[in-house]
Amino acid sequence: MSLIARHLESNGLPTVIIGSARDVVEHCGVPRFVFTAFPLGNPCGPPYRRDIQRTVVAMALDVLSSATKSRTTVTAPFAWEDPDWRGRYGRVDPAKREELLELGRQRRLRRAAMRPRGTTNEA
Amino acid sequence: MERTRLYYRALGYESDYVWATFADVPFARLHKPLAEAKIALLTTASPPDRGNVDSSGVRHVWSGLVVDPPERPFTDNVAWDKESTHTRDRGSYLPIEVATVLASEGVFAGLAAHFHGIPTEYSHRKTLTVDAPQVLSRLRADGADAAILCPL
Repeated sequence: MSLIARHLESNGLPTVIIGSARDVVEHCGVPRFVFTAFPLGNPCGPPYRRDIQRTVVAMALDVLSSATKSRTTVTAPFAWEDPDWRGRYGRVDPAKREELLELGRQRRLRRAAMRPRGTTNEA
Repeated sequence: MERTRLYYRALGYESDYVWATFADVPFARLHKPLAEAKIALLTTASPPDRGNVDSSGVRHVWSGLVVDPPERPFTDNVAWDKESTHTRDRGSYLPIEVATVLASEGVFAGLAAHFHGIPTEYSHRKTLTVDAPQVLSRLRADGADAAILCPL
């Protein structure tokens, strides 16, 4: 999505990204970014929390109009209810090494079967 | 990114993914007051029927009407934290409802007629040369002045 933002901006259309993968977005470099420190999947706020989602979108609109330079990042003032989520995501459990290797093997087989020209990046 | 590298190595991938990085970042100003701006929403979710995948398995940009969005776009094909959360609430990643309320309050003029779904691709080239121009074209067709991008 960061590449999309860059293309749109290069063609005169301003953008703002709302996202939780701060390192990836800032590594790429985008004009405007509202960072939400949530698990990947709910960049705009926890499910069914319209109050938080509204504030996050309002922040994005404000950054859209007020930012004066690229690489403008603002952080939403919200934390995920369960603080242990960071330790769970993408962890590699040594006891499951064989299981993970098999999972990877199945993924590669599945991808090879559906993608002869090699373009998708499905999880 | 380091955690992702380690995870994919554990899955048996021999080469680390190379994330895009640039020294220069383009910047476009909003050329009208926010209250007069039409804003488009973009997501990385897929249509519920995955109808944006062609017979070769290639995924394409897709669009939907903000007045009649699918209740449950397909999200299982992108990486998100499936242990800690869920995507059953579309508003948590495609915020049509709260944006519509903000527009009704005069914060901005309104949503563009369509939202757009962007495939998450391994290939930077495909995103830059195929998908990005397609998105730009669709935004212009809708008269969008700016876009809010919400990657899962």
